[in-house]
Amino acid sequence: MKILVMVKRVSDPNVTIRVNADNSDVDLNNVKMALNPFCEIAVEEAVRLKEAGIASEIIALSIGSSQSQEQLRTALAIGADRALLIESDTALEPLIVAKLAAKVIEEEQPGLVLLGKQSIDTDNSQTGQMLASITGWSQGTFASKLEINGDKINITREVDSGLQTICLNMPAVVTCDLRLNEPRYASLPNIMKAKRKPLVTKAAEEYGVDLAPRIRTLKVETPNIRQGGEILSSVAELVEKLKTEKGVI
Amino acid sequence: MSILIIAEHDNSSLKEITLTTVTAASLIGGDIDVLVVGEGCTGAAEAAALISGVNRVRVADHACYNGQLAENVAALIQSLANDYSHIMAPATANGKSILPRVAAALDVSHFSDIIGVESADTFKRTLYAGNAIATVQSSDNIKVMTVRGTAFALAEKKGSAPVESLTQVHDLGLSAFISEALAVSERPELTSASIVISGGRGMQNGDNFSMLEKVADKLGAAVGASRAAVDAGFVPNDMQVGQTGKIVAPDLYIAVGISGAIQHLAGMKDSKVIVAINKDPDAPIFQIADYGLVADLFDAVPELEQAL
Ligand SMILES: Cc1cc2nc3c(=O)[nH]c(=O)nc-3n(C[C@H](O)[C@H](O)[C@H](O)COP(=O)(O)OP(=O)(O)OC[C@H]3O[C@@H](n4cnc5c(N)ncnc54)[C@H](O)[C@@H]3O)c2cc1C
Ligand SMILES: Nc1ncnc2c1ncn2[C@@H]1O[C@H](COP(=O)(O)O)[C@@H](O)[C@H]1O
Repeated sequence: MKILVMVKRVSDPNVTIRVNADNSDVDLNNVKMALNPFCEIAVEEAVRLKEAGIASEIIALSIGSSQSQEQLRTALAIGADRALLIESDTALEPLIVAKLAAKVIEEEQPGLVLLGKQSIDTDNSQTGQMLASITGWSQGTFASKLEINGDKINITREVDSGLQTICLNMPAVVTCDLRLNEPRYASLPNIMKAKRKPLVTKAAEEYGVDLAPRIRTLKVETPNIRQGGEILSSVAELVEKLKTEKGVI
Repeated sequence: MSILIIAEHDNSSLKEITLTTVTAASLIGGDIDVLVVGEGCTGAAEAAALISGVNRVRVADHACYNGQLAENVAALIQSLANDYSHIMAPATANGKSILPRVAAALDVSHFSDIIGVESADTFKRTLYAGNAIATVQSSDNIKVMTVRGTAFALAEKKGSAPVESLTQVHDLGLSAFISEALAVSERPELTSASIVISGGRGMQNGDNFSMLEKVADKLGAAVGASRAAVDAGFVPNDMQVGQTGKIVAPDLYIAVGISGAIQHLAGMKDSKVIVAINKDPDAPIFQIADYGLVADLFDAVPELEQAL
């Protein structure tokens, strides 16, 4: 079984992002970029399934600027076998990303597609669900455990009130949550090996998908910044303030 | 304009977050229908009928909707979609799982977790763990979105909408519900509690969370946690507050042994009053806390409990 893993280039999670001066977008100049942490978990899971003899080949797919090659190389260093970059200079909406991915699925016929549960830049949490819809496949979102038995896959999902376990027919689309695994660090030899693994680039226009945006961003603003308050000297003072100054207890 | 809201419920009862989505919808204007999908969900449907401003409750009650499997529920919503200009759901695990699937099936885009309604086609939402707020406009004929519960007030419960049963069954057979391990707690729900006390890595283990529970019980509070506390296995995942956990905005949020990473702040910085208890005076949480106690939590928390 082939596994397709979708990986996105995003700003590093440790960087605090600022809005640009004309309120048109955030300022990503000179911001450190990284593989979306949830995608890293997805790649790790695919590699574990290959190590367990369940997957035969792992294809990493990214849709974005040519710099996304860096993140594809990271996926290859963790253990993906080959990579495909669908290049687009503008950031594409999840619906369009999902449509492009559906085209790749037609070509590659994977048995399982793994994605992150959410991109930490746009915080959308949509692409996997949209892809499952377009392909007509089953979906398992927010997976913290997965177990493949023949042509079925059991997914334990992190839901609001705890955990839910469902069984999906394969092929399936699964989005990975934080607790699914702990991604390994790519070793230096594997980083070197990754440089020689195949990475194919295609233009988004080649897929016959309408790339026109449906969403217009009118402005981007900085939220109200909270000011720090007082450091208190005792628990008694705290309780007093909460009672009298704020009236919250 | 007519709006379909997907109710969040556990079959027997309706979750309060549904009421905030109704408020968001009322800002758009137009008729509001609430859809209750589940198995044995009469209780939830009756509760939905009481929401002020609701035109009609539509109920799809069938075994194939047990566990609210995304494939079946999305197919049902898709079959109803043509009657509506907007389809909305609370930004819960269910809403986030189901609505993007519906949007793609309708070939329209989707807005996640909106925090503001500017007009019928323009909404506000956060990006980058809450460090930016975008105003976004959709050109699609049907607007599909999830709504952040903390961003809108609760609708009142003085209505009496008619309840209509839907008989169509959308059993795609793609997935099956197996089991659920749900947290049982007498305390209020994290996302609707007016006071939340959360513990982080500083709590050291799960047993020590009983210190927070004692405070919570005195205050009628819910107990939350940082990702580090969940990852370390101190407490279950449903307690995680943050960018990738639950978003809360209580009147009072008490962060205990939590450093204040941006991903955590994204989930609680809209709380009215924030208290931080941390032994490190340089912990970033103090930069946003209204009141800080630089103290060892193992002294301060029992003392707090005593003082209440
Ligand atoms: C993709 C991604 C998503 C994430 N999503 C979330 C999320 O949704 N929610 C979330 O919370 N985090 C999230 N994180 C993690 C986040 O970056 C931080 O790692 C996490 O919030 C840290 O948790 P913490 O504050 O409990 O632990 P730490 O940062 O280790 O802080 C522990 C604090 O406890 C204090 N302390 C220790 N002992 C005591 C004591 N005895 N008395 C008083 N104080 C004490 C220390 O001074 C320290 O400040 C995410 C990270 C990534 C990369
Ligand atoms: N441009 C992209 N290229 C590759 N994968 C993507 C892209 N956008 C989203 N994804 C995948 O979809 C997941 C969820 O993203 P999102 O729906 O944007 O929150 C990510 O973790 C990726 O696995």
